[in-house]
Amino acid sequence: MTPIIEVKNVGKRYDIRHYKGQYVTLRDVLTSILKSPFNFAKQKVKGLAGAKTKEHFWALNNVSFEVNPGEVIGIIGRNGAGKSTLLKILTGITPPTTGEIVMRGRPASLLEVGTGFHPELTGRENIFLNGAILGMKKKEIIKNFDSIVNFAGIEKFADTPVKFYSSGMYVRLAFSVPAHMEPDILLVDEVLAVGDAEFQKKCLGKMEEVTRVDGRTILFVSHNMAAIRRLCKKVVLLEKGEIAMVGPTEKVINRYLGSAKLDSSVSFRVNRDKEAQVSKVTISNDKFAPDIQIEIGRDFFIDIEYEILRPAKNLLLSLIFQANGDTFLLSSESDKSGRLNRYEPGQYRTRIKIPGHLFNVGLYSFEIRLHRPQLEMVDQKTNLNFEIVDIPENPRSVVFGGHFMGPADAVLDYETIKTR
Amino acid sequence: MSSTITIIRPKKTFSLEDFREIWRYRELLYFFTWRDLKVRYKQTLIGVAWAIVQPFTTMVIFTVFFGKLAGIPSDSVPYPIFVYVGLLFWQFFSGALTETSNVLISNQSIITKVYFPRLILPLSSVLTKFVDFAIASIILVGMMIYYGFLPHLTGFLLVPLLLFITFMAAVGGGLCLASINVKYRDIRYALPFFIQILLFVTPVIYPASIAGAYSKFLALNPMTGVIQTARAALLGTTPVNWTLLGISFVACLVLLTIGVIYFKKVERYFADIL
Repeated sequence: MTPIIEVKNVGKRYDIRHYKGQYVTLRDVLTSILKSPFNFAKQKVKGLAGAKTKEHFWALNNVSFEVNPGEVIGIIGRNGAGKSTLLKILTGITPPTTGEIVMRGRPASLLEVGTGFHPELTGRENIFLNGAILGMKKKEIIKNFDSIVNFAGIEKFADTPVKFYSSGMYVRLAFSVPAHMEPDILLVDEVLAVGDAEFQKKCLGKMEEVTRVDGRTILFVSHNMAAIRRLCKKVVLLEKGEIAMVGPTEKVINRYLGSAKLDSSVSFRVNRDKEAQVSKVTISNDKFAPDIQIEIGRDFFIDIEYEILRPAKNLLLSLIFQANGDTFLLSSESDKSGRLNRYEPGQYRTRIKIPGHLFNVGLYSFEIRLHRPQLEMVDQKTNLNFEIVDIPENPRSVVFGGHFMGPADAVLDYETIKTR
Repeated sequence: MSSTITIIRPKKTFSLEDFREIWRYRELLYFFTWRDLKVRYKQTLIGVAWAIVQPFTTMVIFTVFFGKLAGIPSDSVPYPIFVYVGLLFWQFFSGALTETSNVLISNQSIITKVYFPRLILPLSSVLTKFVDFAIASIILVGMMIYYGFLPHLTGFLLVPLLLFITFMAAVGGGLCLASINVKYRDIRYALPFFIQILLFVTPVIYPASIAGAYSKFLALNPMTGVIQTARAALLGTTPVNWTLLGISFVACLVLLTIGVIYFKKVERYFADIL
């Protein structure tokens, strides 16, 4: 069988300066020329001569794999492993530095729902605009129009500007348009992160239907192991821009979860163009010392540092905990004290106290969302990890012979009386 | 399965394939233009009338200050119609230039999420301004009837050519500015000033003849040829100066070529920098 997607030795090199998402101002360049013209000229000449003046960084290196028609391939990896870069290259948003990709079929990408939606335009107008942006032909949109409106459930509001939509309606419409694309290859990023659990289920269902019924080829990037398990038979694991493993879903996921590196403090680059961004996450023990291995039964803290770059309203900080990469354990959102209706630009830190006896011994991951619920994901950091470790005097490990049953560790009160 | 084969390789500068691609995406070009018009006319209180009010008011003010008070000559045609012809083309050009230079920044959320030939965006902003031009021309027709100007056949035939030259100038200049703007975000603060200066070195409010010996330098500005020819063709101020028009045409072609090459050269970084 001829593969429908062939990725051959693809690499992507970023200039660190570009990668940091900072832009230079002409003013800075001009002042640097005026201040030290010779130095500037020297740099330029060096650059032209090919001397290494800039720092480079390979976000992807020598990545090769093939996808057969009808296959659903998952792509997993830690933050910064190159998943999103790979998808951006596959969709053509950014070109590779080396290598080649051959796609035999019409591709469509879904990196975000509601791309190009304009609040002033009506639902009907946005369907056409969004459809055209996603690469649908006008005829195709007209043909599917009723079905798009029905799937979104906005029949009565098709001629209302979307700025008057409820957030639920908005998201449903935003997903409904791409759900009616008819490509041969579908490239999907973490789009399921928006919306509530109900909506996520609907999206997953639609994607399953698309693969089973239409035999469509899907490339699916996600941190959500449950979704990967449900949809994909084969998974590609990326580590530091290179392929670490390709194989059956279960095997790759196990390797991935096993290799999750534990850092008590993780920093993120801050993209100046965003409204707000998480810059650092630190886990510390009950003595406020950074620590990633927490003894069972003890309190610990998650410190989230974030930067607000533009005055922001109604931002909410949420935490979602998972065990084994797919079992949702707990979701939590900031209470009144942690929820600022109006953030002024600056650096902020939120400290979250995790009470002892909440998690059982094991490896847990969590994600942080800085968002306007169901409306907009301002920033999201996934796959942050910590480990709860056993202590010798833990009675449960004695009782269950070293096996830890279940991820929760609540201390239950057993009141026993003799009744007869 | 359809037989479309897409091959993605490290990007070279531009080739003929780019133009074919724009043709394939012509519907998107239409939708972007349609969106910009729709949104603009929805957001402003007076809607479509804005396209008429703006050049009309400017014309009235210029007539009072430059025509009446300063007594600037107008090649022996009434000053209002003289300046309006200039303004019509000028506002098309300057409006398109301003809009285009910002188009990549204002659409960055789309650029970083979906692929389409990026050239579509600057093209659509120029087309949007073209619609404004068409609306504002209604006033010109009214004024021509009022002042009793009946253009010759050559005049009518020349207008599309003039529009084409202006279009090339706006796209060419706009592409350069748009690409620079992605890299150096402070360009947009300097642009209004730059455009204001351009207005004064373009014979919009005065006839090119006023510059005397310096009019040769004015000719290098592509809009000079366009506006001079427009007056000659529509109002019969002077015979059409074909040399001047030829220079403008070539200058615009050069500007457009530089614009397209530069844009394609930096295009590959857009999604990475934005």
